[in-house]
Amino acid sequence: MLNLSQYESVGAALTGAIEHWPDEVCLIEADREHERCRLTYRDFGAAALRLAGGLEENGFAPGDRAAILMSNQSKWLISAYAVFFCGGVLVPLDYKLTPAEHVALLAHSKSRVLIAEYPIWRALSDGDFTSTRVETILVTEAPAGADLAGAKRWEEFRGHKAPEFRPRKCQEAACIVYSSGTGGRPKGCVLTHDNYLQQCAAVSPLWPFWPGARYLSIIPTNHAIDFMGGFIMPFTGGGTVVHLRTLRPEYIREAFTRYKITYMAVVPLILKNLERGLRERFAALPPMKKRMLNALVRINRMATRGRPRLWLSRALLKDVHKAFGGELRALLVGGAFTEPKTLEFFHDLGIQIANGYGCTEACTAITVNDMKPFRPDTLGKPVAGMQIRIVNPGADGVGEVAVRSKTVMSHYLDDPELTAETIVDGWLLTGDLGKIDASGHLQLLGRKKNMIVTAEGKNIYPEDIENAFDSLPVKEFCVFAVNYLWPQRTMIGEQLVLVVHPDAAQNVNGAIRGEVERRNQRLVPYKRVSGYVLWPEDFPRTASLKIKRNILAEKIGRQLDRSAVQPL
Amino acid sequence: MKTLEQTTDEILGLAAQHFKIPRSELAPTDDFYKKLKIDSLRALELITRLENHFGIELPDYEVQGVTDFRTLASRIQARL
Repeated sequence: MLNLSQYESVGAALTGAIEHWPDEVCLIEADREHERCRLTYRDFGAAALRLAGGLEENGFAPGDRAAILMSNQSKWLISAYAVFFCGGVLVPLDYKLTPAEHVALLAHSKSRVLIAEYPIWRALSDGDFTSTRVETILVTEAPAGADLAGAKRWEEFRGHKAPEFRPRKCQEAACIVYSSGTGGRPKGCVLTHDNYLQQCAAVSPLWPFWPGARYLSIIPTNHAIDFMGGFIMPFTGGGTVVHLRTLRPEYIREAFTRYKITYMAVVPLILKNLERGLRERFAALPPMKKRMLNALVRINRMATRGRPRLWLSRALLKDVHKAFGGELRALLVGGAFTEPKTLEFFHDLGIQIANGYGCTEACTAITVNDMKPFRPDTLGKPVAGMQIRIVNPGADGVGEVAVRSKTVMSHYLDDPELTAETIVDGWLLTGDLGKIDASGHLQLLGRKKNMIVTAEGKNIYPEDIENAFDSLPVKEFCVFAVNYLWPQRTMIGEQLVLVVHPDAAQNVNGAIRGEVERRNQRLVPYKRVSGYVLWPEDFPRTASLKIKRNILAEKIGRQLDRSAVQPL
Repeated sequence: MKTLEQTTDEILGLAAQHFKIPRSELAPTDDFYKKLKIDSLRALELITRLENHFGIELPDYEVQGVTDFRTLASRIQARL
């Protein structure tokens, strides 16, 4: 791997990788059974520099911001490097958001350039861009003759002369990553070049890359995990990133064997799906084979309890490992809480699950389980350079998890108030509740903040979905995380609830219920409320009429219990 | 050429068969995530099954954000 301490910026490190491994393959892109492209580091650099030349000629200057709206693919990473080469700040956006949410984040980030794939641009181009500062729009893979509504073709966009590399200082912004806030208060985490380089240097020794090591990229690249695990880490180690344009379980399974994948990052939902598929296959085995498998699993479990022995697991459970390509070193799981029994299932098969805890504000990983020994009940120990403490612990040692490290973001974009609430005396207050056990392992036991994280790794803040219920014909309403109203020591199966204060004469269980259901259906499934609660009193409000959410939550929690939730 | 109604009907039949629930319980306007009690990955399994049945390829972006059978049918119909 490159010695990252010699680089000031992500762009400089990527340039170093191109110089170091020009003939190694860095990108493979496949769609279903077909391979679409395979690029060496040299090809990657040349493609990015063509784009950088075009950006430079269009006046894109150091410090300017460029947003990317693409599903996982080679052009995502090529575009990102072009932006870094020009000294720009990257704004990776979630391509699964709605066009209105995309426009809101483009406006908030003050992006001057938007790079989008054609189907996304087609949906977005009808939007009102007057609130944004977008001047240049580049669209990839647009069909011949398509009306691009003022955008330019990515493939044809280039400069007339070689662009000049614009160096950046390590404390300057590299990316603005939105951890939430698409509907309410946008949380744009400003992450510096130093944040990324420090995180990469701390995590790479745990999961090293080398020429020939392959990462399968399926979590959206705007997500901190994939940006680090599927871009910065493999590139600074000379590895290869494999992208699939059609993300279906069967193509993912095929990619494991076809490309001999070394690492893949997953969210718990995908891990559960893999577990289900394997359990179904095991259940279908003839009785004799099933008994043999169970015996081998028991042997593997005993042999690897203290530390992983990959060679032994691969030898004992050959067919299982073959289904994963035979060269898998670890599945990196993150984005949400994983159930210990799922971790145990894979551990028993000798498939290493790198389980940990992290957040965008800390540039991905905070703790990691090194499996020495295997501890499915914890999220592991802090990664190198990370300090953790528990703020205001109770008698049971549980309190808010705070972290301090060179990987903690600089600030929230244009929100000094929220930044001051979140980073106090250099400590990032995560809003998660946990404790550290005698061996230094972190256990998470709930949330202090009013939000949920889904099994898909999506952070959902109730305020962000309230606009779906705007003008609901009731006196007032408010959305809460169920566990915020009635705290529980769990981070699995978190749900949202709508609190409705009806007018005195209203029949909420009649027409209003139908209206709530109709609005709820308009939301994407993971953002929907699971039920509603009727609340007979006026909401407490500030002088500026904002709901005092914490006071309201406390009152509801005290006066009602979970059985008051009417499921939708 | 199939009508949209015929395509929708075939989709409902295949979904019922794949997820082992009575066909009579499914309606075109149903949210399939809710009705079939499935997550996004299991929904993709259904899409693959439908692709094989209709002999088409549905790019991921075509089905992104689609949650009801009728809209899914119209996306498939456009590619028949």
